[in-house]
Amino acid sequence: MACATFSIRGSDVPAPDDNLLEVENLRVSFGTERGVAKVLDGVNLTIRRGEIMGLVGESGCGKTTLARAILGILPANAQHDTGSIRFRSEDLLKMPRRRVDDQIRGRRITFIPQDPYASFNPLFRIGTQAREVMKWKSPRRPENAGRGLFGFFSRYPRARRRADEADAVEMMRTVQIPRADEAFDKLPHEFSGGQRQRLMIALALMPQPDLVIADEPTTALDVTIQAQVLKLLKRLVKERGVSVLFTTHDLGTAYEICDRITVMYAGQEVEMAPVDDFFQRPSHPYTVRLLESLPKPGRELREIGGEIPRLIDPPAGCRFHPRCAHATDICRMERPATTSVSAAHALRCYHPVGATVPA
Amino acid sequence: MSTAIDVLRKLLRDPAAAAGLLIILLLVLVAIFAPLLATHPEAIWDMNPRQRLLPPSDMYVFGTDRMGADIYSRILFGARITMVIASVAVGAALLIGVPIGLISGWTQNWLGEALMRVSDIFLAVPQIVLAIAISQTLGPSIENVILALSVTYWPWFTRLVHAEVRSLKNETFIEAAIALGVPTWRIILLHVLPNVASPIIVRTSIGMGFTILTASALGFLGLGAPPPAPEWGRMIAESREFLPQAWWYALAPGLAIFLVVMGFNLLGDGLRDVLDPRIRRAGARR
Amino acid sequence: MRILALILQRIAWLVPTLAGLVAVVFFISRVIPADPVSKLAGETASRAQVELLRQKLGLDRPLLVQLADYYKQLLSGDLGTSLFTTRPVWDDLYARLPATIELTIVAMIIAVVIGIPLGVVSALYRNTIIDHLLRIITVAGLAVASFWLALVLQLYFAMDLGWLPLQARITGFPPPSITGFYIVDTLVEGNFTRFGNVVAHLTLPAFTLAFPALATVVRFTRAGVLETLQKNFVVYQRAMGIPSGLIVWKYVLRNSLISTVTQIGLLFGILLAGAVVIETVFQWPGIGAYAFEAILQSDYAAVMGFTVYAGAVFGIVNLVVDISHAILDPRGAGA
Repeated sequence: MACATFSIRGSDVPAPDDNLLEVENLRVSFGTERGVAKVLDGVNLTIRRGEIMGLVGESGCGKTTLARAILGILPANAQHDTGSIRFRSEDLLKMPRRRVDDQIRGRRITFIPQDPYASFNPLFRIGTQAREVMKWKSPRRPENAGRGLFGFFSRYPRARRRADEADAVEMMRTVQIPRADEAFDKLPHEFSGGQRQRLMIALALMPQPDLVIADEPTTALDVTIQAQVLKLLKRLVKERGVSVLFTTHDLGTAYEICDRITVMYAGQEVEMAPVDDFFQRPSHPYTVRLLESLPKPGRELREIGGEIPRLIDPPAGCRFHPRCAHATDICRMERPATTSVSAAHALRCYHPVGATVPA
Repeated sequence: MSTAIDVLRKLLRDPAAAAGLLIILLLVLVAIFAPLLATHPEAIWDMNPRQRLLPPSDMYVFGTDRMGADIYSRILFGARITMVIASVAVGAALLIGVPIGLISGWTQNWLGEALMRVSDIFLAVPQIVLAIAISQTLGPSIENVILALSVTYWPWFTRLVHAEVRSLKNETFIEAAIALGVPTWRIILLHVLPNVASPIIVRTSIGMGFTILTASALGFLGLGAPPPAPEWGRMIAESREFLPQAWWYALAPGLAIFLVVMGFNLLGDGLRDVLDPRIRRAGARR
Repeated sequence: MRILALILQRIAWLVPTLAGLVAVVFFISRVIPADPVSKLAGETASRAQVELLRQKLGLDRPLLVQLADYYKQLLSGDLGTSLFTTRPVWDDLYARLPATIELTIVAMIIAVVIGIPLGVVSALYRNTIIDHLLRIITVAGLAVASFWLALVLQLYFAMDLGWLPLQARITGFPPPSITGFYIVDTLVEGNFTRFGNVVAHLTLPAFTLAFPALATVVRFTRAGVLETLQKNFVVYQRAMGIPSGLIVWKYVLRNSLISTVTQIGLLFGILLAGAVVIETVFQWPGIGAYAFEAILQSDYAAVMGFTVYAGAVFGIVNLVVDISHAILDPRGAGA
């Protein structure tokens, strides 16, 4: 994505009431030895049914934390200070843990990890690990099925297991794993990185989820493989009407696959727009600088001066203000509320940038 | 020097490690000031048949032994023996084992292999067996115990250093130094050694603990310093025939050993936590 | 195939190591001020008679010649004759072997069966009361002198409370010997009173022996589990909602067991070292006590025999550990 010539793509804009996921004013902090890190500072995020929402930001901006918060797997030293995560109109933070563990995580909201190399247990065959997922998360599993003692001694009826396995093999064929019927018996290291990531996609789709959280799924892959995996993922989720939360720090990847993009900076979301709008009419100073920093032939590299703030003692108000050319007093005091640039394009800034990106 | 102070500060934040450090300090002080701290400094060598096997009382804090000597005072003086044996034995093992480890880890030729084989020989049987054989051969005395212990402990340092040096050799900064033509001895001294220092320090502390245990086992078996030296292991052996009546006789020296070894182990653990960043990271995930 | 190569390589390595060990102990045991030959000959023997005895025993020849002879002897499977029991060393060792093996195995079982779950629990509840308690116990376990612990336990359980016997393997007659392991033999015999007797006798020595090994197992398991919990596949399984009990006890445990298995070699060393002292304290008729007596009496052949045995056992244990490592880790990198 070296040349910044963006074309308009036809993308359907679903009805605004059809929100699958609504994160509202989420604040999360971590207790560390050096102090309390305020990692998420009142983040809002919505994802509609069937859409691919990109979550873009540099390392440390909080996108992984947000993803984990939605999944409910934040580490022990994390605290939800305020906010809600509404999924299908229910607040996940208020739901009983048991229900989240059993019905939501891995079933309605699934996960594709960043690192395909280390995300499979190297000592167990793919079949064992896939079967484990299917045992607990297959759509055929009855809702009241027990978990046994810490997960042991729970039944996996043979009929269901056979059907699940058949589905699994079918799904592996769909993700283009060669010799899918033998794949079950192989160990993870017998697959390449790209294949392992495709297996991850398969595992993420088998429970027939509503939302897939893909945490930088192509960052660890070679560039040529990236394109393959992205295309495949996009096709499969669109076919099934599954929503995706796609985190990445790579704008090019975001352009490839996302319907809408939310930009995060230092724990605050700053701009949210449909993908074309985003690339054509970026309004937040940070977004603008981000897009400008993409290398272009014939132009010097442009960088954003300054450094990412530390989260233990972050800047007050809008956290970008120390590096922003347009910052004024109010920026330093209070974080801007959400405003609309246009129908689907939201912004949190007192001094939006009006220009289009020069060609 | 500043890193040493850093280490100390971090160490003191860990209550267990701080406790260990305190115990060891106590041991050293007791060993040095035994004559001042003992209630009966002159009596530890005497025979007082009328006072033998008395239970703990105001006068005799831990009671008296079969000779009538005050056990408390004997334990304090025994601390000297313990300190001397442990520090000299481990020190010698270090001085022998580390250089051998450095050489065998660095050289790729037959010398390295041969040295490892030799150290394997000494590790082929448990330390205590060999130590018993050696000290029995040479006769019971403190010097022989020290000799036996250092001769059987050096391979632990060698193994440790060998493994570290081998893995360090593959590090890019070492390859760079070699490529730049830095002489081998300089590389080893200035680049390799500081990196190996941490595991060595940890091993030293833990080694002190193990050595004290083995030394007291030798004393228990009659192979340590001969009587009337107040060696803790021997005191326990002496107490055997007077059990169960003279329970204090066995309890006190054993508690002393326990406390001291505990101190070194706690310190060693604390040092390992502070000096080895990989393990420390385990708490702060994002 | 790889495993076969591993075995052969290990055996090839074992031989020179054992030979070296034999040489070291040989020289040590011959360089003594105390002279067992004159002790053997008796107090009234004249110097000439002592010398005659020495010649008869072949102990007057140059040391290197004696060593060479010993190697030759070893190769034909003969461990020599005990100077004091006048029986072949091999027979002595063989007779006493089951006692030590039984004790060691029971201790190992205690250490592993109790230690591994405790280690996992300690890791899961890191930095809570349970963890701190366990850590204190394990540090204490490694700080206690085993002979002292033995005495204290004897004092309390045998002398004070009288719940357990003081020493030896059994009170009364042993069962008819099939395996030499009293536990097995009494069960086979069907004599449950005797079985109970045997178990009671085993309790104190086995537990005392197991104590440091138990502490070590807990620590290593804890470290292994903590490290494995950081791995990405754990994150993935959590993210996909797999029950955490399964994640820990089925998947994480298997990964961390690899490092624990490697420690079994170390464990065995601890147990064997402990056996010498424990057997002496509890009057357990095993090889450890035999070794100690042999050393005290400068019984060359017995000392050598024990050394060769110990070295060989160690080598075999390490071999088994390496093999299990290769089996448990199907990646076959042999790391």
